Amino acid sequence: MAAIFHGVGAATALSPSPSHSVDSKKFQLAPSRSLSARKGRIAVVRSDSSVNLSLNSRGRKDHLWIPNAVATKTDDSAASTASKSGHEILLFEALREGLEEEMDRDPHVCVMGEDVGHYGGSYKVTKGLAEKFGDLRVLDTPIAENSFTGMGIGAAMTGLRPVVEGMNMGFLLLAFNQISNNCGMLHYTSGGQFTIPVVIRGPGGVGRQLGAEHSQRLESYFQSIPGIQMVACSTPYNAKGLMKAAIRSENPVILFEHVLLYNLKERIPDEDYICNLEEAEMVRPGEHVTILTYSRMRYHVMQAAKTLVNKGYDPEVIDIRSLKPFDLYTIGNSVKKTHRVLIVEECMRTGGIGASLTAAINENFHDYLDAPIVCLSSQDVPTPYAGTLEEWTVVQPAQIVTAVEQLCQ
Amino acid sequence: MCAQMYYRGKMFGFVHLYNGQEAVSTGFIKLLKKEDSVVSTYRDHVHALSKGVPARAVMSELFGKTTGCCRGQGGSMHMFSKEHNLLGGFAFIGEGIPVATGAAFTSKYRREVLKEADCDHVTLAFFGDGTCNNGQFFECLNMAALWKLPIVFVVENNLWAIGMSHLRATSDPQIYKKGPAFGMPGIHVNGMDVLKVRAVAQTAIARARSGEGPTLVECETYRFRGHSLADPDELRDPAEKAHYAARDPITALKKYLIENNLATEVELKAIDKKIEEVVEDAVEFADESPHPTRSQLLENVFADPKGFGIGPDGRYRCEDPKFTEGTAQV
Repeated sequence: MAAIFHGVGAATALSPSPSHSVDSKKFQLAPSRSLSARKGRIAVVRSDSSVNLSLNSRGRKDHLWIPNAVATKTDDSAASTASKSGHEILLFEALREGLEEEMDRDPHVCVMGEDVGHYGGSYKVTKGLAEKFGDLRVLDTPIAENSFTGMGIGAAMTGLRPVVEGMNMGFLLLAFNQISNNCGMLHYTSGGQFTIPVVIRGPGGVGRQLGAEHSQRLESYFQSIPGIQMVACSTPYNAKGLMKAAIRSENPVILFEHVLLYNLKERIPDEDYICNLEEAEMVRPGEHVTILTYSRMRYHVMQAAKTLVNKGYDPEVIDIRSLKPFDLYTIGNSVKKTHRVLIVEECMRTGGIGASLTAAINENFHDYLDAPIVCLSSQDVPTPYAGTLEEWTVVQPAQIVTAVEQLCQ
Repeated sequence: MCAQMYYRGKMFGFVHLYNGQEAVSTGFIKLLKKEDSVVSTYRDHVHALSKGVPARAVMSELFGKTTGCCRGQGGSMHMFSKEHNLLGGFAFIGEGIPVATGAAFTSKYRREVLKEADCDHVTLAFFGDGTCNNGQFFECLNMAALWKLPIVFVVENNLWAIGMSHLRATSDPQIYKKGPAFGMPGIHVNGMDVLKVRAVAQTAIARARSGEGPTLVECETYRFRGHSLADPDELRDPAEKAHYAARDPITALKKYLIENNLATEVELKAIDKKIEEVVEDAVEFADESPHPTRSQLLENVFADPKGFGIGPDGRYRCEDPKFTEGTAQV
């Protein structure tokens, strides 16, 4: 079944194959193997042709995210009929489904955060869970981020598996002490005695005129902390998969969601699946340039890709998903094929995920690059309130098109 | 002995000694079961020993050897023991209080959600007077009282936070009064008298165990040495030090035992000798233990080492045999 192939099977697809012998300088693409791997992945992603963005109803002009409207190269009729089953769901509902299934599966999983219980979560991710599981399993905390994150860590050390919600990712700056010192480091400082299987999640990113402090991208601040994993979800499919994988993982995981992506609709499989936490997702295979992105920028990239295809370019788009650690295998294969890299991110220019990714690619794949890596990031400014200014803070599809054109000259 | 070893160059960094405050640790921790948890600060050697961590493990940890309780990765300020439920050793003050609250939350969760009816584990959080001006302290007092968590907050008020006198740092220096403000009893006790501490501890722990909620206990105590071995301790008034030295908890207990015919001089001397032997043995063991090897560097960063990610060759980096040698790229 295509769905299973995507999540679990992809791990086996990555097992070493003979064509990747370490000492051969010339990389030889094994077409049959990797194409079939990509096929499986595309099948699931592409089958969601019915993407309905209710945000459009507000009548704003530039937010026409049509994720998979780009023409893809291969056609899999077999896979698409197989995934006619499944159910349509919005991203926040997918997160809730994942959370609920894990809470059903393991009574040690609990949620803590502000307004997660009776209010149902400020983005409705935990709606209905308090009625179902009780007030202690879905705990409404007072407004004390540092302390309730620490509480989550203490609970994780003593056997529970808490999911800590930051009402907005920016609020977790108040919990930086606990996240850095305790969450990331205690497994190591205790010599491996205590595990911290905590999931810290929340919406971040630049929203719709939310102001500077509610529009923060914390992935750049957290990326140096040793001992934590960071993942960013971008579609209902990977939101549910990553949520489940994060809860099941023994490592502390920070799951970054995006305020503007909560109403994305997609058809996801009915059966149980998880997405591998350390893997990147191939959104659109191509030949000319590798575009690495994550979270909301994926949609800006796909929109730009539509324009680029019309202009005759063939971009390969990868949603890196795993922000720490990077999936250098998928990224590397792509770089070895296209020899040009464009990174599109929502982080700020200085010290963002793109900066680290640029360094990692330069270190590992320098010989395969035909051009310097281009990194498009948000401006190094606090996000302004004014709509026009805010638009210019983040990367827009037109900039992506220009960058690709320049890169491919 | 720690100080001697430090000055001989066997251990480095920040070492904080507990001399003079022993009554608090003994008075409280000796009343606990093995499943009860203790959370402490950087001044945690004695808490570790009281909770049952072997002296050998503690000394090895101080020397930074692999046989230490944290494999040498924690050090003086980060003593952990899963077996004895010692949840650390935290370097930043106040950092451990939320963790202790979390452990107490697990106890309540076990009882009410997982329906383990006999789970009545209590958590003790030890911290100092300086911490009582920190936000985490107040936030946790609130949450513990709100949800009636089985926790006892023990303030080891030794009047000094490095060189900052408690009276200069706090608007209302009587810490025990802050308990009732959050809805829990606040008790003040003479922290130099182990029997008085034990009596108060008994009520507080029983209260937590029965599910009635948290207690705030302020123990007035004193540290005979400086804040750490690097502290020249010039600021404190010698008269104050002499006053508290006269109230040394160990000599006081000794006097009490002899006066009340509970033990003879000979028996106490034998105990002294035995402790010396234990300490000497611990130092010897630590001296002879091996230093950590290079391969230990990258172990235990992640519980699931797949967190080091997928390398350029397509395999998880932790599967690379060169990984822990430090030669593989991370």
